[in-house]
Amino acid sequence: MSKRNRKVAAIVTVAAAAVFAGPAHAQEEIRLGSIATLEGPFASGGQDGHRGITLALEEVNYEINGKKIVWTAESSNAQADVALARARKLIEQDQVDIIVGPLSGAEGIALRDYSRTLTGKTIVNGSSAASDTTLRDPSPNFFRFSTEGAQWMAGLGNYVFQEMGVEHVAVIANDYAFPYAQVFGFMVDYCRAGGKVTKLWSPLGTTDYSSVITRIPRDAGALLVIKGGTDALAFLTQYAQTGGELPIIGGSIMADQTLMSARGPHQRLMEGMISAGPIADIHDDPMWQEWVERYRERFPDGLQSPSIHGFNYYTNTKAILLALQEVGGDLSDNQQKFQQALANLEFKNPMGATVKLDENRQAISDIFFTRIVKTDDGLRTESFGRADGVDQRLGLSPEEFEKLGSPSRDNPSCPPVS
Amino acid sequence: MTFEMFVTVMMNGLTLGALYFIVASGFSLIFGLMRTVNMAHGTLYLIGAYLGYSVYDLTENWYYAIAAGMTAAAVFGAIMQVTLLGWMQGQELRQALVTIGLSIIVADQLLAHYGGLSLQFFPPDALFGATAFPIIERYPTFRLFQIGAAVAVGVALWLILNRTKLGLMIRAGVDDREMLAAMGVRVSLVAVVVFALGAALAGLGGVIGGSAQPFSQGTDVRFLLTSLVVVIVGGMGSIGGTAIGAIIVGMAEQWGQALFPTYSVIVTFVIMAAVLAVRPQGIMGRPS
Repeated sequence: MSKRNRKVAAIVTVAAAAVFAGPAHAQEEIRLGSIATLEGPFASGGQDGHRGITLALEEVNYEINGKKIVWTAESSNAQADVALARARKLIEQDQVDIIVGPLSGAEGIALRDYSRTLTGKTIVNGSSAASDTTLRDPSPNFFRFSTEGAQWMAGLGNYVFQEMGVEHVAVIANDYAFPYAQVFGFMVDYCRAGGKVTKLWSPLGTTDYSSVITRIPRDAGALLVIKGGTDALAFLTQYAQTGGELPIIGGSIMADQTLMSARGPHQRLMEGMISAGPIADIHDDPMWQEWVERYRERFPDGLQSPSIHGFNYYTNTKAILLALQEVGGDLSDNQQKFQQALANLEFKNPMGATVKLDENRQAISDIFFTRIVKTDDGLRTESFGRADGVDQRLGLSPEEFEKLGSPSRDNPSCPPVS
Repeated sequence: MTFEMFVTVMMNGLTLGALYFIVASGFSLIFGLMRTVNMAHGTLYLIGAYLGYSVYDLTENWYYAIAAGMTAAAVFGAIMQVTLLGWMQGQELRQALVTIGLSIIVADQLLAHYGGLSLQFFPPDALFGATAFPIIERYPTFRLFQIGAAVAVGVALWLILNRTKLGLMIRAGVDDREMLAAMGVRVSLVAVVVFALGAALAGLGGVIGGSAQPFSQGTDVRFLLTSLVVVIVGGMGSIGGTAIGAIIVGMAEQWGQALFPTYSVIVTFVIMAAVLAVRPQGIMGRPS
């Protein structure tokens, strides 16, 4: 063998060893990637998402059936293109088996589309909650064990029209997929009950709302504010500053610890605020109390009470771990057994609500009505009602639901007659 | 559209423009007069806001926060000029890269220290709430205060540049740096003073802006972009131009939001593109 040939042979041997060592290595460990927003308007939500993942992983001690779980965390900034780039990095470079994420609506749709192009990989939602992610054109590799924006609003429209007696609501919402879903969920009931809605959209990241506030119609009886984080704080502060006094109904990410623990004049507007969503800070289910206790103990510098994002990331990670346990960490055969286990999973989330999936791999679960109350530790949401087993079609038949069309800026619509 | 709404949106545009003027005047001073490309101007805004907030949190006094924010930004700006930018005079690409790098590092440090939650100042009661205002009945007091602050900043800058020896040296330095140095003026020291002054204005903007709207990660980029657009539209190195640019950008944002909210984000950039196409030196800029 010439010197040159020997060199080639050595390289081939090393390469072959690397190729064969690859799968053997992969069987010993399960690689989990995560995408949460640690930058931009939902940075604190993403941080809490991480806490949720951590809690779930620590329950199983980062191990399933003797296989170690290796967690690679990635961050995005709530923009779909960034989330997509990070997901690609996780799959191609870090070679993860499963991704849990993302956090925000449009990101979810982007990752759903990406998941369709993959074989033998699974994406399980983090906390993103746009309807269309699973409702229209679902991907076989995308699972969501958290409920979405339209489900979260189920029943609230009827409550506002009948119990609060408000006949005209001004919607103040950000202009992207998740608020469309929430507005849709609210308006399906509210418009049918006879209510009128004026919609005021603004781009995500708007911090000067003076012109929006000017456009609130005089005869509106309440505001439905579907914003979170910085946007919500800016709007409420400026609304308080102009002396605004209409009752406020909050979207599901508004009545969140992120906003309630920040000091300022917006707190005056928030007390008594009605909302609906998958969690409530004060909720008398022992499972919830135990979970909150554990959260606080583990994260002394975390939020006073876990946020919706922490809860959703926990629930989704928990589902991954339960399915992995069922198949003993077996991800072979393009993850078929694992995905089957995910699809058939039925378990209780920390609120004590049963979670199971529909045929599009979307969660069916319970939704809670909440009210903001003042406690010794500051503002908290308290549950006062519950809608059981809310599915993505909000209880309508597929045909009826199909007729409503896809949530968008202009759909549904029931404007006041001027 | 009612007349009341017209007046409100005009006022909103004007008051937002006032805030943009405070921030962009510092940028104009550094970029327009000293020709230093400072892509970390938004960072100086954030430093002013966050450090001001630390003091505000401790003392509950908004005026101390203003002083702390301005001082912190000025000190940081002076250090930047002395250690990094001073010896890169005239090398625009290098300055741009260094300041962008610096802004990323500082943003991450601020995130590590202050976390990702949005923060906001609450001005003293005298400035909070609404004031009686003709035609529209009531208008937020703090937004009126923004106009007052902007006018004060503008007048002070004009006086410094046109009525003091420092101003004389700055203007001379813009026209002929070498000649000024030959006449015995320590140009590098003048540069540090101008940079600190510009940075202090960014810090002032940070606290005032942080009282008008919340700030968090990403606010730095937004204000850097706005400052760039304001200075490009108004013309480099002209205080009057910066004021005109700031009002145009403020008006464009508010009218955009009031008339076609979905597309409001692009209005500002359309204006910038139009100015660049028709009058590349900016509305009040001198042709180079």
